[in-house]
Amino acid sequence: MHKCLREPSQRGTERPIGHVAAIPRPGPDKALEWHVTADVDGAAAAASHPAGLDGLARAPQELVQLLTPEGQRVEHPGFPLDVSVDDIRGLYRDLVLVRRIDTEAVALQRQGELGIWASLLGQEAAQIGSGRALAPRDMAFPTYREHGVAWCRGLDPMKLLELFRGVSHGGWDPAEHNFHLYSIVIGSQALHATGYAMGIQRDGETGEDGAATIVYFGDGATSQGDVNESFIWASVFNAPVVFFCQNNQWAISEPLEKQSRIPLYQRARGFGFPGVRVDGNDVLGCLAVTRAALQAAREGQGPTLIEAYTYRMGAHTTSDDPTRYRLAAELEAWKLKDPIERVKAYLVRSALADASFFADIEKQAAELGTQIRTACLSMPDPKPAQIFENVYAEPHPLLDAEREQFTAYLNSFADEEGA
Amino acid sequence: MTTLNLAKALNEGLRKSLERDQKVLIMGEDVGKLGGVFRVTDGLQKDFGESRVIDTPLAESGIVGTAIGLALRGYRPVCEIQFDGFVFPAFNQIVNQLAKMHLRSLGHVSLPVVIRIPFGGGIGAVEHHSESPEAYFAHTAGLHVVACANPADAFTMIQQAVASPDPVIFFEPKRRYWDRGEVDVSLDLCDAHPLDRAKILTEGADVTLLAYGPMVKTSLEAAAAAQDDGRSVEVIDLRSLSPFDVETVCASVERTGRCVVVHEAPVFAGLGAEVAARVTEMCFYHLEAPVLRVGGFSTPYPPSRLEDHYLPDLDRVLDTVDRTFGY
Repeated sequence: MHKCLREPSQRGTERPIGHVAAIPRPGPDKALEWHVTADVDGAAAAASHPAGLDGLARAPQELVQLLTPEGQRVEHPGFPLDVSVDDIRGLYRDLVLVRRIDTEAVALQRQGELGIWASLLGQEAAQIGSGRALAPRDMAFPTYREHGVAWCRGLDPMKLLELFRGVSHGGWDPAEHNFHLYSIVIGSQALHATGYAMGIQRDGETGEDGAATIVYFGDGATSQGDVNESFIWASVFNAPVVFFCQNNQWAISEPLEKQSRIPLYQRARGFGFPGVRVDGNDVLGCLAVTRAALQAAREGQGPTLIEAYTYRMGAHTTSDDPTRYRLAAELEAWKLKDPIERVKAYLVRSALADASFFADIEKQAAELGTQIRTACLSMPDPKPAQIFENVYAEPHPLLDAEREQFTAYLNSFADEEGA
Repeated sequence: MTTLNLAKALNEGLRKSLERDQKVLIMGEDVGKLGGVFRVTDGLQKDFGESRVIDTPLAESGIVGTAIGLALRGYRPVCEIQFDGFVFPAFNQIVNQLAKMHLRSLGHVSLPVVIRIPFGGGIGAVEHHSESPEAYFAHTAGLHVVACANPADAFTMIQQAVASPDPVIFFEPKRRYWDRGEVDVSLDLCDAHPLDRAKILTEGADVTLLAYGPMVKTSLEAAAAAQDDGRSVEVIDLRSLSPFDVETVCASVERTGRCVVVHEAPVFAGLGAEVAARVTEMCFYHLEAPVLRVGGFSTPYPPSRLEDHYLPDLDRVLDTVDRTFGY
């Protein structure tokens, strides 16, 4: 440990100042209106079903949807969405490419090149929609399945493969893309996001051009103490954080009924902030809802819980066997709501993209797949002494001694070979 | 020099840290208006505001978890865990998150978070208010674990802990909060004893007595009593439990040939076990007797009417010192 004090931390003032949203956001009046609407919905549900939990569970559940499974564009009064044709084509490209990254990674695991992989199959729209709602200065806190959000933040997909190959525990700089490290212990990151949001408040980065945080977690995580504690913290301190829950229906083998007797988005009400359920397979719906929630957070209206209602089409991870606990028919039903097909149907039906557009995207996906495969296969193992690196920020006598001993031990074999 | 009790010395150290760096925050249960249940943060919210001295909801995992988030944003939070037994709800955040983030990020992220924990027994408290959980944290790579024993060290060590780029678990001997001592409040930290080094408190020739936190005072008293029996006891305050100052300890044991480790925590798999193993390994040919440990029994902490029997006192320390001369 060092002896003298260092200069005061400067990290908080080094954050980027500029703020250019990729896609325009609704103004403050609309965000406010939406918050009121969401609250009224919750209140109405409670009032008309005074019978308690069961009553709430039977309450009509409004699902925000802007693009139907058939690819039809629909409007929602609370969430007007201003997107250009190019934006939608860009979203389609994102969806296809992240699915391709995922497919390639699953294949690499099956061939023994990755130790494990957590597939995002089926959750592309929830991740791309919310990920593209983020402004550069917003901070995202992922679980271990947010490959689509990582893509939106500009993180090199190879960093994700490094983790699942066992080369590092992540190893990227969260500040570089404002994308925090993957979190493995379910729900832990919700508190980090909330604390980070409290830092934003203290830095005074609030207002229309301010920053917000978004934290991702699943339906299973809503049972964790850390997630519930972060709801309390965010509410009490009015922290600029968006809780983005991808309800993919399954926590490994446990269905949602093992986690909750009420729809998850309704939990928010008890904590004192709005909750909204969006079709998690609708990239436009996810974009609109997340955009509004982020803007509300930036403008000092506090947290929002978004429940993106989706489906984990693959296994929990490549080590899991879903045939042991769920029916094939369920998967077949969700395939009809595929997040990519509906965007394609919309683009085709509206004549916004032609065959050459789709062929070009397929070509890009194939190239990306090859690129990932090649890079993965040529990824070197870390050096043995790497074990001792970055445990502490400062030199540590015990680790220095162990490193020295271990290196000498390894070198003793080299000497033998040399002799 | 100013005469302060240990709690007030910590308070002054925290005040210096808050003044020195705008990014330093204090957070915990009752740390604001009340000034903490032991008054360690007394008056700090009044002087530095609610934004920097934060009364939090009652959830320890939340305190540490949000402190991590604040540290990621460039802040230096100092968390107070109200009592030792209350740290366990935060165990995941400390052991899985706080301790490992630097490694997980390959060094990109540092988390300068301090977790203050009043620890140990001797105040007649109910269950979960008298624990000594230091071994759990010393076992965890990525954390520094320190314990102060007197007002002068409390004042400097808390400032050094706040300035550390690594997370520090900072144990405070709660039954010594009211002990008074001379503190040089104008001491430049660059002149202070390094945080990771042990300190020889009394020199002796026959046996080395290693202690930390509340047991330092007991050990000093034992050394004085042993003097009457003609035994010269060297008392070392370990101060830093992880890293452990092998150099200072082994140099002493090589001179005395005998070593006794004292702590309140149960001896089985306690910090003393590690110390004994290392001293044995490194000072084997200098030892006249096995390294002995004296500490709490391998039981849960007893109801307070029994704690005087559970806690090592002057007589049990002396009894163990005597035993090292029986080999």
